[in-house]
Amino acid sequence: MALWRCYVDLTLFLHRIQFAFTITFHYLFPQLTMGLAPLIVVFKTLAIRTGKPEYDEASRFWGKIFGINFAMGVVTGIPMEFQFGTNWAQFSRLTGGVIGQPLAMEGTFSFFLESAFLGLFLFGEKRLGKWGHWWAAFLVFLGSWLSGFFIIVTDAWMQHPVAYTILPDGRYSVSSFWGLLSNPWALIQYIHTISGAVITGAFVVAAVGAFYLLQGQFLEQARVFVRVGVIAGVLASLFQVFPSGDLHGKYMARHQPITIAGMEGLFKSQTGAPIVILGQPDEMHETIDNPLVANKVLSFLIYGTTTAEVTGLNAFPKDQWPPNIPLLYFSYHVMVGLGTIFVAVMVLAAFLLWRGQLFQTRWVLWILMLSAPFPYIANTAGWLTAEVGRQPWLVYGLLRTTMGYSHNVIAGNSMFTLIGYMGLYLVLGVLFLFLIQREIGHGPAASVPDNYLQPTDPVPVEQEV
Amino acid sequence: MEPLWFVLVAFMIIAYVVLDGFDLGAGALYFVLASTEEERRTVIDSIGPVWNGNEVWLIAGGGTLFFAFPLLYASAFSGFYLPLNMVLWLLVLRGIGLEFRSHIENQIWRSLFDGFFSISSMLLAVFFGAALGNVVRGVPLDKNHVFFEPLWTNFLTGGSNVGILDWYTCGTALLALIALMVHGALYVALKSEGEVNLRARRVARRLLPGLTALTAIGVPITAIIRPQTLENFREHPIAWLIPLAVVASLVAMWMFERLAREKAAFVASCSYLVSMLAGAAAALYPTLLPSRVDPAFDITIYNSAAGPYALRAGLIWWGLGICLAIAYFVLVYRMFRGKVGETPSSAEGLVGD
Repeated sequence: MALWRCYVDLTLFLHRIQFAFTITFHYLFPQLTMGLAPLIVVFKTLAIRTGKPEYDEASRFWGKIFGINFAMGVVTGIPMEFQFGTNWAQFSRLTGGVIGQPLAMEGTFSFFLESAFLGLFLFGEKRLGKWGHWWAAFLVFLGSWLSGFFIIVTDAWMQHPVAYTILPDGRYSVSSFWGLLSNPWALIQYIHTISGAVITGAFVVAAVGAFYLLQGQFLEQARVFVRVGVIAGVLASLFQVFPSGDLHGKYMARHQPITIAGMEGLFKSQTGAPIVILGQPDEMHETIDNPLVANKVLSFLIYGTTTAEVTGLNAFPKDQWPPNIPLLYFSYHVMVGLGTIFVAVMVLAAFLLWRGQLFQTRWVLWILMLSAPFPYIANTAGWLTAEVGRQPWLVYGLLRTTMGYSHNVIAGNSMFTLIGYMGLYLVLGVLFLFLIQREIGHGPAASVPDNYLQPTDPVPVEQEV
Repeated sequence: MEPLWFVLVAFMIIAYVVLDGFDLGAGALYFVLASTEEERRTVIDSIGPVWNGNEVWLIAGGGTLFFAFPLLYASAFSGFYLPLNMVLWLLVLRGIGLEFRSHIENQIWRSLFDGFFSISSMLLAVFFGAALGNVVRGVPLDKNHVFFEPLWTNFLTGGSNVGILDWYTCGTALLALIALMVHGALYVALKSEGEVNLRARRVARRLLPGLTALTAIGVPITAIIRPQTLENFREHPIAWLIPLAVVASLVAMWMFERLAREKAAFVASCSYLVSMLAGAAAALYPTLLPSRVDPAFDITIYNSAAGPYALRAGLIWWGLGICLAIAYFVLVYRMFRGKVGETPSSAEGLVGD
């Protein structure tokens, strides 16, 4: 019996690891495309309004980076759409009548839109004219943000199920279409996720600009990158903390108080609860080791008053605790810590930009350049917080994760596919880094309007104006 | 409401096969049709602007299946776990093959990605054919509508101990590969000039007898393996128009290919695929996935559909979304109409610009 229990745990573990691995890898790409798309629209708009060539060069350069990321997002996204059925059949059977809607809407409303206009955006610049090309960029941006919305609606229903009924055979079915789409959790989570994506886009654009400035290359375009990246970055990182992060935390405290307690490492309910800045959660003794705390701050952040009582983990039966509290605690602390650092970096850079000193202040350019990977880590940590924090539930309060996986797919088969995905994604990752490194090496000045599928063709002389 | 969604899901799957079918076929024939870099670019450019959009029909169709018939989505996708994951890997490889080949002007790099593209296109056609064969033949669904099929067992079609591959599904896989190769060759012929055009037409001409023979053998064998497939045809004799359309499409393909009417020949190939798949849908209806254990365990449109409200609400946004999608397709196909630019005559088009 113990052996059987162990085997069931292993099967579930492999299904979970496969989903976690493939979705984490996948989300490295959409977070950049969703963040970059509005910046490309900004470049296109500035190009039309000012007529300066560096804005067109910026949009072409970032269009190429966008194209590579988009391709990676598409190919790693296809398996996601099907894994609900392959690895989580029991979950799909029960909830398809609800979450099937937003997933099908994503395909119908955003994938068709993106696939049609991305080709026109990447390869139709000369043919479409400046306004036609602006619209192609705008529609790609719209498609990518719509796509994100439908995915968030799906996840939000799992976090906070609304607008459903239970059919006689135990399955869930949507009872209000608009209720599903306007789930308050979805709206709050959407602005938080999108603004996180814009932070990634802004930091990456600023970092590449800073790199060129430090190297003394492509100076005209690099200044555009840094300027647009820093302005977008300061707006998005402030917005990420307040109001979006603040709203998210408060809403979560109301509907998933146990998750908040796990994230904060608050083992005991208390009035005037402190916030833990650093320290390691110790589940055995229900304390924080080596704590560095700020008194009463948690009560204030959640309830707006320093004396309010915050519910701790001890208020809940242990079988409802998130099973991996250390991971939950650290994902959350990494996200919040990095989010705070992003505000500091971007406010400093924006101040220097305003004073006209940023382009000469090399140590700040160094910081901007080296910051590029951290938004990826913060966004990943944020998703880990949301998904690990929802455990042990697959659909909060309705369906436990242990009940959702495909019981007919044995551990040997899920191990087989997990190895397959790891190998394949390793190759993809290497190719991706190689191509991106190459594009950054070529730089923005080399870019001219592309012909269809001939991105590397030598440039005819008469086009080089 | 359920029958309507059966038709709509069938429409999306058929749209996927007809549209992505030609770029899969062109990929499978890639090294046959094109040898020099210039010829390869002609083939790639003929599908370049559209293949990604074509593939979206598969994703959108999968999503629609999920929301309209969740039980089918859950049972079929987990039961076909191994081949479906392999299909996903092939889609990944094919996608990067097409997207990344042109980024670097290096012969080794391009040949490598061309290889990814062509081999995965060929295998995808094979997998899709075997999948259709499995659906028509039936799978070992138990009373909970659950099954799991190994890749192969004894290669026999009898009993409930069947695998993904048996002699029948290998046959449907071969039929699908040849049908999509013909489809792809006729499409490339339509989009190209010169040597590539001649080669594509020659390949289509050589494959057509095989396609005709496999169709003529395959359809009766299906009726023998699974006699229930004839029930709907017995009850509604009007359904015999579908096999008639298959025959007419094959004749038209032969004729128009002889007459060098490229567009008409390609349309006939589309019509062949539509009528073959419509025939399969008519043979199955209202079953979605037959059980080899007991017909009572079949997954039908009635026992697998989402709730009535979900189906009604879905109809509204689905109608709007598909109209938009068709509008984008018309726009993109119009932008990229005509032959791929081997000659200056296409300088007007976006492609050879």
